[in-house]
Amino acid sequence: MPQIAQIVSTYASQIFWLLIVFGLIYFGIGKAMLPKVAGTVEARDRKIADDLAEAERARARADEIEAAYRARIAEARTAALKAAQNAKVASAADAEVRVKAADADLAAQAAKAEAELATAQAKALAGIEEVAVEAAQDIVARISGRTVEKAAATGAVKSVLANG
Amino acid sequence: MAGKIDPMHQFLIEPLFGTQDWALAGHNVAFTNSALWMVLTLAAMWVFMLGGMKGALVPGRWQVAVEGFTGFITDMMHTNIGPKGKAFTPYVFSLFMFILIANLLGMLPLGIIGIHPFTVTSHLTVTGILAIVSFSIVLVVGFWKHGFHFFSLFVPHGTPLPMIPLIFLIELFSFMIRPFSLGLRLFVAMTAGHILLKVLAGFVINGLNAGPGIAAIVSLPSFVLMIGITLLEMLVCAIQAYVFALLTSLYLNDAINLH
Repeated sequence: MPQIAQIVSTYASQIFWLLIVFGLIYFGIGKAMLPKVAGTVEARDRKIADDLAEAERARARADEIEAAYRARIAEARTAALKAAQNAKVASAADAEVRVKAADADLAAQAAKAEAELATAQAKALAGIEEVAVEAAQDIVARISGRTVEKAAATGAVKSVLANG
Repeated sequence: MAGKIDPMHQFLIEPLFGTQDWALAGHNVAFTNSALWMVLTLAAMWVFMLGGMKGALVPGRWQVAVEGFTGFITDMMHTNIGPKGKAFTPYVFSLFMFILIANLLGMLPLGIIGIHPFTVTSHLTVTGILAIVSFSIVLVVGFWKHGFHFFSLFVPHGTPLPMIPLIFLIELFSFMIRPFSLGLRLFVAMTAGHILLKVLAGFVINGLNAGPGIAAIVSLPSFVLMIGITLLEMLVCAIQAYVFALLTSLYLNDAINLH
């Protein structure tokens, strides 16, 4: 086994070169390059953590804004409902008033029309008497050739109308 | 070779340059094949890490791979030690990546084109040094942070008074054995796997040389088995690197947080 057979003649050289090489590795790579690589990893981890925190904050803010938006929407909806309710009540009251006014107007018109009707009827009745008197005078004159006094004719017509 | 394949040859250390005159305090520090593959490990690791340095917010494939490795060790340190473990992440990461890449480089099938990969972590010297470094850091941190209170590590909570000396000895023994188990585990796992692969490869080649009949009953099953063992070895490469890093982090946790 050369590892043991040669140990006396080669240990110094192996130790010497091992210490040189391992020293170079330790100071040149372990102490110089490793921290830079580790620093890169650390910076990346920190960046990811920061970005995640930022995203979390943004999410919280979005939630906040959404909640505010919802509150405002609910508020607006109740306000709109209330306004609609008020408008309905007001329009109902208005309609009632207007219906009443229209009713009164119609009643007045009906009364007026009735009165006019009565007048017209009376006038018409009076007209009929006169016509009847003239007709009676005329009939009498044609049949008997005698002239009847208007007063007599009127009296006769009146009595007949009263009876008939 | 001539029909004889030595499965231990792959562990042989061969100096490449500076055999004679490169010396440090009287010790020869020649640049060997072991040193070469250590440097290649460093280069591979550096290239790999370089691909993850873009620092893009949305990473590409390579950056994801690099961040996967760094994140794996960072998370492991955080889970096992807590926030105080951050200071030791560079060390455990270097350890994990060095062992992993050295293991995997040793598995490269470059022998086909004549370049024989050397598995740095299959040498007791290397794994032993890594274990001793880890263990030293644990000791230094433990005594630095807790002083002599660090010895309370060896007395678990709720130990009955008469049992304390015995428990203390047992715990101390299990503590002192840690660097050995840490170093030997990796060394033995890598060595055993590579010997097994080399023995099977020897069967394949010797069977092929012995004629079609022998090739059919020896080489073919050995080759099929080699494919499976190779996959298993790659798993072992990753697991051993993970175990080394994990145990180091657990020992560091003992030193930092006591119990």
